[in-house]
Amino acid sequence: MKLVIRCAAVLAALSAGHASAQATAEAVAKKGFVQCGVNVGLAGFSQPDSQGVWKGIDVDLCRAVAAAVLGDASKVRYTPLTAQQRFTALQSGEVDILSRNTTWTLSRDTSLGLNFAGVNYYDGQGFMVPAKRKVKSAKQLNGATVCVQPGTTTELNLADYFRTHKMKFKPVVIEKLEEVLNAYFTGRCDVYTTDVSGLVAVRASRAPKPAEHVILPEVISKEPLGPAVRHGDDRWFDIVKWSLYAMIEAEELGLSSKNIEQQAGSANPAVQRFVGATGDLGKMLGLDNRWAVHIIKQVGNYAESFDANLKPLGFERGINKLWTQGGLMYAPPIR
Amino acid sequence: MSGCLAWARRSLFSGWLSTLTTLALLWLAWRWLPPLVDWAIASAVWRAEGPSACRGAQGACWAFIAEKHRFILFGTYPFEQHWRPAAASLLLIVLWLCSSLRRFWNGGLAAAWVAGLALIGALMWGGVAGLPYVENERWGGLTLTLLLATFGIAFALPLSIVLALGRRSTLPVLRLACTGYIELVRGVPLISVLFMASVMLPLFLPAGLTIDKLLRAQLALVLFAAAYLAEVVRGGLQAIPRGQHEAADALGFAYWRKMGLVILPQALRLSIPPLVNTFIGLFKDTSLVLIIGLFDFLSTVKVSLQDPAWSGFGLEAYLFASLVYFAFCHAMSSYSRRLEHESARAVVSGAAAPYNRGS
Amino acid sequence: MKKGWLYQAALLAALGLVFWVFASNTAQNLEVRRIASGFGFLSREAGFEIGETAFLAYSAADSYARALAVGLANTLWVAALGVVLATLLGLAVGLARLSPNWLLARLAAAYVETLRNVPLLVQLFFWYAIISEGLPPPAEALQPLPGVFLSNRGVFFPLPGDAPALTGFNFAGGAALSPEFAALLTGLATYTAAFIAEIVRAGIESVPRGQREAARSLGLRHADEVRCVVLPQALRLAVPPLTSQYLNLAKNSSLAVAIGYPDFVSIANTTMNQTGQAIEGVALIMAVFLTISLSISAFMNWYNRRVALRGLRR
Repeated sequence: MKLVIRCAAVLAALSAGHASAQATAEAVAKKGFVQCGVNVGLAGFSQPDSQGVWKGIDVDLCRAVAAAVLGDASKVRYTPLTAQQRFTALQSGEVDILSRNTTWTLSRDTSLGLNFAGVNYYDGQGFMVPAKRKVKSAKQLNGATVCVQPGTTTELNLADYFRTHKMKFKPVVIEKLEEVLNAYFTGRCDVYTTDVSGLVAVRASRAPKPAEHVILPEVISKEPLGPAVRHGDDRWFDIVKWSLYAMIEAEELGLSSKNIEQQAGSANPAVQRFVGATGDLGKMLGLDNRWAVHIIKQVGNYAESFDANLKPLGFERGINKLWTQGGLMYAPPIR
Repeated sequence: MSGCLAWARRSLFSGWLSTLTTLALLWLAWRWLPPLVDWAIASAVWRAEGPSACRGAQGACWAFIAEKHRFILFGTYPFEQHWRPAAASLLLIVLWLCSSLRRFWNGGLAAAWVAGLALIGALMWGGVAGLPYVENERWGGLTLTLLLATFGIAFALPLSIVLALGRRSTLPVLRLACTGYIELVRGVPLISVLFMASVMLPLFLPAGLTIDKLLRAQLALVLFAAAYLAEVVRGGLQAIPRGQHEAADALGFAYWRKMGLVILPQALRLSIPPLVNTFIGLFKDTSLVLIIGLFDFLSTVKVSLQDPAWSGFGLEAYLFASLVYFAFCHAMSSYSRRLEHESARAVVSGAAAPYNRGS
Repeated sequence: MKKGWLYQAALLAALGLVFWVFASNTAQNLEVRRIASGFGFLSREAGFEIGETAFLAYSAADSYARALAVGLANTLWVAALGVVLATLLGLAVGLARLSPNWLLARLAAAYVETLRNVPLLVQLFFWYAIISEGLPPPAEALQPLPGVFLSNRGVFFPLPGDAPALTGFNFAGGAALSPEFAALLTGLATYTAAFIAEIVRAGIESVPRGQREAARSLGLRHADEVRCVVLPQALRLAVPPLTSQYLNLAKNSSLAVAIGYPDFVSIANTTMNQTGQAIEGVALIMAVFLTISLSISAFMNWYNRRVALRGLRR
């Protein structure tokens, strides 16, 4: 009976334990690492290499936040998440940041209790078909069999597009990337659809002969991919947001991991503010004043991250160029 | 020589039907075996600097396995620390081997397990004796599969004994609860239990309290396996003759003493072969955790395939995975078969209790 | 006895407490995270397409409820065919294991040992790779029989007045079997057959030798001996373990999600993902599989009683 009472006490404590969610930044500082939710395996975004080390631009963002908060980019722990688990994992506090090629939409931003802290990759859904099909436009795809991965907005966009254009199609929905690509390249499907970035990467690295596949001109959706944090923790939201912007701003200022130490003495006032030599921008975020230096020194600027992770896969900068070069990457002033 | 011929006539060409079957099988082997051997061995690429050497090759690309074997075996565990999961896995295998030998079935074995698991924990987590700490998010590969299976069995077995006793209890509420649980779990696929652990469990817990993914998957496996093991244990309990219960009662044993000293030891001994078979099922079922994004062995194999540089060697990867799973499961199933033979012999020679009488 | 009631009351209280804690936490979490609850989403528009619909017509404009019904029909269809094929194959392999031909018996034993000791998920990936890589594209489809086309899009059969023809991207008309369906069916049937083969073997070996000798001395032909003497007795022993194999097959069909066959779990998974209503989704999956399991058990119990009774009457 004693045991029963003790168990009841524990359970009661559990149910009463709705302690106010601790502020994430303090919790991170206390535990000494950032818990980051990433994709289980998506080349260029987050993927363990042959030695089991996580690589990718989503991973770099986690590292940037760790560098800003803790001064050490290696203090990240990764939780690989499937599409189904990602939001729950963030809501329940299992991860501090969700950096898992997640599309920013209104419903996710509001009803799922998330805040998107910017965009680290602008994407859009497109179609790839074998060149020998002689298809010039997505409007000619009536009756096609389309390979698609489930659990994302991809499936919905696809159905929407074909409905809008009063066409029919047959989806082949396969959970794993490897299988879905296999299905496309062996001719199981006529069309493969995913974000254009993914199509480019797949064509460059997977196609036996890249020239035999064309990516159709239509981009049927907007897919701004970015990191997300929980609603209601504004300080943590700010830190993640400005860590991302610091990487973009550094590219614009011409600061990189190679030259940031030398440039610290530059006369440019914007650089002076960025490296924390003047002003106290770091303190405003509640961080070390050299927060941005840590990020750039240890992780690199946005271009470095892109070139290291996405360029080898055949990705073009495209709309992800800086705004000064005609792209969409635009960091608000760091001042 | 004539013995050989006589054997062939008896077992290969005993009638026209048998002769026809033999010839058909030999023809198939002649058609299929040479190209298969050529693909798997003769034309295969065993070592390569990069994937390009494999692209033009006619045969299998085992170089893919050679390149990725560390990741496949140990997942995202820190590269320079791989000796730790390797040692832990070996230790686990040694513990299992020892447990399979009858001569070690005594109190020492239990102590060895406790010490062994503590040592494995120390190796895997570190933080002691100068080993750097490694959080369990980074465990993976074959080591994780072995750990999931081992802890699955270690926790499911005691739970299953409680459930089995509960199902045979005379207390109606207890019996109903246990029966309901067993039948509920056995009626649904493991995937749904894993989904529950991965997306529903966080909703059940108070805000701020989280259980990490590995633990949740382990919990799901334990709860799932316990229901199946409980039925095996119940089978063993049912085979114990009523006389044994009566004898224990006559000695004035209370319930737990009766069960612990008289009934359970016999029942568990009887259920060992089917228990081992259920363990095989659990070992294979650990592969499903890939559906909830855990880096078990099958999952590391699949993630390796997603490396763009090394994509397209799925057949080699799955063959390798099958081979590893087969090695473990085959060892367990031959063991359970040997035990069955032993107990069958014991029955014939009258050395064991007459299982089939009573109840 | 009094102590017994005390324990039971404590157990009930503990179960109730756990349930209450979970329920209150869940309610609070759902509210905080603004996740809707209830089954209202079932009538909303699903918005996604389903690759193959066994018996029900479906389009993206239909409701979630209809999408789930299509998934259920697909699950039942593959499970039903799987049970039939696995039984036939299992019977054949089981008999082959007992064959006097050494080669055949060894081959059957190797089949059983290999298939039983490799996880089904790995086998499914294999079958899918073989089917989708081994067959030609539709334009070069094989034509084993006139009007039947075999390609990596599956098998197309003619129906009366409706023959499949190559139009644009794919064949249209007739009836079709998709590669995903074929891979899942093959995987489920061959895997379960390995277990059934062992049950069949154990059943047949359990028939005492004297029975067969008696049948032979009565002058029964071999086929009659098997049909009238061996199988009825073997079946009685085999039915209970067969039941659990059929149950396993039905539950294993949920692995379809890995190779892209739109079964119930796969559709429920997409639904959960889009609505965020995990509790309802998992509850639906469990309810559906429990119902299937209970139905199979009930049917097999009825059959078991029939087999057993006939044995008694004799």
